[in-house]
Amino acid sequence: MTVVATNSYLASLLAGRPQTAPSPLAWFNDLRAHAVDRVGALTVPTTHDEEWRFTDISPLTRIPFQPAYNAAQVDPEDLERFALPEAGARLTFVDGVYVPQLSFNNVGIEVENIADGLNKHGVAIQAHLGRHAAFDANAFAALNTAFLNDGALILVPRNMTVAAPLHLLFMATQKEAASYPRCLVVAESGSAITLVEDFVALQDGAYFTNAVTEIAIADNASVNHVRVQREGAQAFHIANCAVSLAHTSRYHSVSVAFGARISRYNLNVLQSAEGAECAIDGLALINDSQLADTHTCIDHAKPHGTSRQQHKCIVDGAARAVFNGKIMVRQGAQQTNSSQSSRNLLLTAKSRVDTKPQLEIFADDVKCAHGATVGQLDADEVFYLKSRGLSEAAARNLLTYAFGAEIIDRIPVASLKHHLEQTVLDHTNRLA
Amino acid sequence: MIYQDSKTLLEVRGLRATVNGIEILKSFDLNVKSGEVHAIMGPNGSGKSTFAKVLAGHPAYEVTGGEVLFQGKNLFDLKPEERARAGVFLGFQYPIEIPGVANSQFLRLAYNTVQVERGKEELDPLEFDDFVREKMKLLEMNPDFLDRSVNEGFSGGEKKRNEILQMALLEPKLAILDETDSGLDIDALRVVAGGVNQLANKDNAVVLVTHYQRLLNYIVPDYVHVMEFGRVIKTGGKELALELETRGYDWVSAEYKAGGVKSAGTTA
Repeated sequence: MTVVATNSYLASLLAGRPQTAPSPLAWFNDLRAHAVDRVGALTVPTTHDEEWRFTDISPLTRIPFQPAYNAAQVDPEDLERFALPEAGARLTFVDGVYVPQLSFNNVGIEVENIADGLNKHGVAIQAHLGRHAAFDANAFAALNTAFLNDGALILVPRNMTVAAPLHLLFMATQKEAASYPRCLVVAESGSAITLVEDFVALQDGAYFTNAVTEIAIADNASVNHVRVQREGAQAFHIANCAVSLAHTSRYHSVSVAFGARISRYNLNVLQSAEGAECAIDGLALINDSQLADTHTCIDHAKPHGTSRQQHKCIVDGAARAVFNGKIMVRQGAQQTNSSQSSRNLLLTAKSRVDTKPQLEIFADDVKCAHGATVGQLDADEVFYLKSRGLSEAAARNLLTYAFGAEIIDRIPVASLKHHLEQTVLDHTNRLA
Repeated sequence: MIYQDSKTLLEVRGLRATVNGIEILKSFDLNVKSGEVHAIMGPNGSGKSTFAKVLAGHPAYEVTGGEVLFQGKNLFDLKPEERARAGVFLGFQYPIEIPGVANSQFLRLAYNTVQVERGKEELDPLEFDDFVREKMKLLEMNPDFLDRSVNEGFSGGEKKRNEILQMALLEPKLAILDETDSGLDIDALRVVAGGVNQLANKDNAVVLVTHYQRLLNYIVPDYVHVMEFGRVIKTGGKELALELETRGYDWVSAEYKAGGVKSAGTTA
């Protein structure tokens, strides 16, 4: 019964696909057709699926979200609120539709929409698009791929370092709209960039964001990835990000989740060659009846890899946070050095967190550390601040802020960092 | 220093307190006037630190009897933060580390909170920076400690300097310094004690809680109280500390048990 219902839901979403002419690129049509097939075979996950045990996505299926075919007008002032002064390029998508007028590129590398990029860089794109974010068993990634038509494309040539951050801005303006943001980053060997993906809302109603990001990092290249999820309070946000790391390459990411009614972020990092390094930090700051779920998998497939991960949740009201952090060390991935920490702050009796560090180690000469803590604010820290004259509320706010600020502090874009610090401060000042 | 006409700051009468249901303070009396320096000494477990924490309002300690008047008003009517704003300062034996909170931010928040209470101007971050750097010179502290998280990774001596820096900023009426000398090498002890001496004046008072006479070479007390069994069992002048240093505490307890000397903790 349930299966039929969820299947029909995916079919109803799929029915909203725009009637676009087939691409002249056969592989591109094949990719989409394969994804359409997979959507037909898959179902919306339920809490009976191990990977979705704590996240009941069924509220999503009550609304038949349809894509916005045209971008709504965005007030320049609204754009300005989210603009990053440091950015060297920006691609703006409004309800999933690329808006060239709100985009620019001053960095001298390809930062453009996929639809345009396909004409010039078909071969480079073919090598990566849909190759990293597996969708055979992932209904949402399959759905995104079935809708593949446009997206953000960043191609970083060999040995090119771009200091200015590249900003991908996804704005939601229409109620009950579905958007399928797609992003492909290919960093050639020895290159380095900083990427900011920012999901923002200009409305309070329900909508659905279903994003897929693929990041291929070649030998000795480096990608800093900042991901900000500040969707509207009624939004559904589901995102899959797949990162592939080649020999001695580096991936550093900071992802923050503030928004959405229900959000789910899957991050898969594959260390596909020796000596790769990743540092993954996350912060979920949620309130009321929000649910924020982060599932990460770091796959140490080759020797001499390092990974460091810190994930924090600040859970207020009757909100619920989920963290599942899998570390896979494959046979032969000797000298892997991995550490993972999950720290959680529950601010009310009704707040809840489900955290699950998951280590699967098939090599014998490795160093893997992990730990998880769930707690309230430290009573001695609160007392210390009060003994210096701070009120109970001020003391609690400061400590809560500090807990979150540790993660935000690692964002390598000053304006965004300060803005998000202020967001945390505003939130914690409301606690009282 | 004892002044003839100074006002009473603190009156403690028959104070009883428990922690985890165990009575630690049994009948504690103390009178402190402005301008004075008191030392509370005694063996481990005698209740010295409990007294300090009870005055500051630590939630783990429950007051079960007696009264404490601060400037004539019931101290226990005030929450911990209100006590701090009214001018009661506790220098912690083990200052708490607070990762993620910059020391400068913490010091400025505390300073401004107390300033507002006193009807004075708050300082913005730039003004405060100049102000706090001056105060840090008093304690020979490196300004780098402003940018670090509160007490995080500070050595024992650095933490204690940071405590006295807070005292210098908050200008309390009554400072209770709980084993401020523990964990200090001789140079740090000299600096910290020098800071306290500069801050002491005829309008405030200092209560030193300490194990060792060493600190009292640098901060000379007007009164020395020996605590045991949760109460003050003997009170004397600074020479009592020297006597304790040579003879230990046993003779004081023996004297007390024999009922020979029944000095109440009151000093005036």
